[in-house]
Amino acid sequence: MYGKGLKTLSIATVAMLALSLSLVFFYAPLETDQGFIQKIFYLHVPLAMTALVGFVVGGVFAIAHLRTNNRKWDAYSYVAIHISIIFGVGVLITGAIWAKASWGHWWVWEEPTLVSFLIVFLLYATYYPFRYAIEDRDRQARYASVFAVTAGAFVPLNFLAVRMAQSLVHPRVFATSEGGLPGSMLLTFLCCLAAIALLWVTLVKFELTAKSASGQVKRLRRALDAPAAGSGSRIAPEVS
Amino acid sequence: MPLPLGAPALPLHEAGKYVAGAYIVFVVLLVVYVGIMAAKLQRIEREMSEIATIAEQRKEEKDEVSA
Repeated sequence: MYGKGLKTLSIATVAMLALSLSLVFFYAPLETDQGFIQKIFYLHVPLAMTALVGFVVGGVFAIAHLRTNNRKWDAYSYVAIHISIIFGVGVLITGAIWAKASWGHWWVWEEPTLVSFLIVFLLYATYYPFRYAIEDRDRQARYASVFAVTAGAFVPLNFLAVRMAQSLVHPRVFATSEGGLPGSMLLTFLCCLAAIALLWVTLVKFELTAKSASGQVKRLRRALDAPAAGSGSRIAPEVS
Repeated sequence: MPLPLGAPALPLHEAGKYVAGAYIVFVVLLVVYVGIMAAKLQRIEREMSEIATIAEQRKEEKDEVSA
């Protein structure tokens, strides 16, 4: 039962999002250089971090699928990647808005952080057509898992490569020796990160619950020898 | 492309549009996702209703045969 605990999780997510937004707009101080524009940071960075971790989590689920051959893990991997791609869209759009406000350009091709995230996003955007190209469900699940593991391994490598590169303009928040965020900003950021991570978990659970319900309906139809209604998804794995 | 590294912060009325835009994008993404999930839920509900009708028809047929 994938829906177990979903109500509590949803309430916790909404509460955490409300708390985070309150902290962003009423508690966190204005940043000296960027002023009010820096408020986008509390949305953009947690979205990016959650999306990247989500891609890696999708890879970990894919390893579990390849090891056990249990289709449940393929569904987990698919849903983790699916939600992370949606978050990735959010990262690209909010990042472009922030870039326009800060630098005067929607996109800067010279900036490795932006381009590397776009590469990761485009890599995962090929996941759907890749699955769709394979008819056989078992082969589809196996190949998709191999893809998820390979791409999942690429994410931290890509992150490290960019981290080591000398960036010109993209802010480095935590890793620099000159210090990081002041306490109040750090607290706000961590709350936002927790809220966005909770949102990711809730949406993954929500999606899995919907897939499970859809799978149960198909099982009922088969048990009743009833004709299938419409055409089901060829790429989304079934959960029962 | 030269970037204005030392550019001063935008005034509040100017910055507010961008900040609001970013947060609205986030909300819109969530709403679109919830809308798609609602459509899926409707389809599942419709299918459940069809299955319930078929099950009831089968039961009636069985009762008629046994009677």
